[in-house]
Amino acid sequence: MWSWVAHRISGVLIFLFLFAHVLDTALVRVSPDAYNSIMDTYKNPVVGLGETGLVAAVTFHALNGLRVVAVDFWSKGPRHQRQMFWAVVIGFVVLFAPFAIRHLSIVFSH
Amino acid sequence: MTATTSEPGLRPVQKSRYKRRSKGRGNFEMWSWVFMRGSGVLLLFLVFGHLFVNLMLGQGIHAIDFAFVAGKWSNPFWQVWDMLMLWLAELHGFNGVRTIINDYTEKDSTRWVLKTLLVVSALVVLVLGTLVIFTFDPCVDPGSTLSQCK
Repeated sequence: MWSWVAHRISGVLIFLFLFAHVLDTALVRVSPDAYNSIMDTYKNPVVGLGETGLVAAVTFHALNGLRVVAVDFWSKGPRHQRQMFWAVVIGFVVLFAPFAIRHLSIVFSH
Repeated sequence: MTATTSEPGLRPVQKSRYKRRSKGRGNFEMWSWVFMRGSGVLLLFLVFGHLFVNLMLGQGIHAIDFAFVAGKWSNPFWQVWDMLMLWLAELHGFNGVRTIINDYTEKDSTRWVLKTLLVVSALVVLVLGTLVIFTFDPCVDPGSTLSQCK
């Protein structure tokens, strides 16, 4: 139940980000300066923390999505859904921890 | 076996008038369910690859500027990668938000307004995104010093 709620919230968050991400990237078609000046406004610790949260949402949504696929298509999936939830948690830590260390050290070292 | 349906009250299965599918909508919801699983698995590779190349390699987020985008989109490999990612992610998100709107809206008018906003935003993202990827000119500045423009 709570992984279902988290899947919806992370999905909506990623969808809203995608809208903003396509609009700001479209500035490369306006001029190099327009794009670079927007990218410069993003290079601060507040946005850096937001990016870290976004990657957390993407990582959870991706791994829990695999769990949903396994529950739907694997004959033993529904029986093992609880163990697979813990696999999602472990996979999340394994993927997200190295990313957070790397990204936050770049964000806070400039 | 088929000839033994002479008992009263039993009808051959073929004559059953029970239909699981509603008329008109076809199998749309079933195919949207299949699409969510298929596109989700593809997006896992496309998005993790995107994040790894753009945020983990080299200077990470600090390397992102016009020259970085110009370097990637001079290569058809990344143009196709980004276009696939754009279409699959937008349609996957569109379908997910459509489901959420159907689940939580009670008034028809609210549902109509939210779905109209959703369709308009998806069209903007898909058309603008595709145009930008394929009409992008890394040498738009005549004085560009990028390696692709010499």
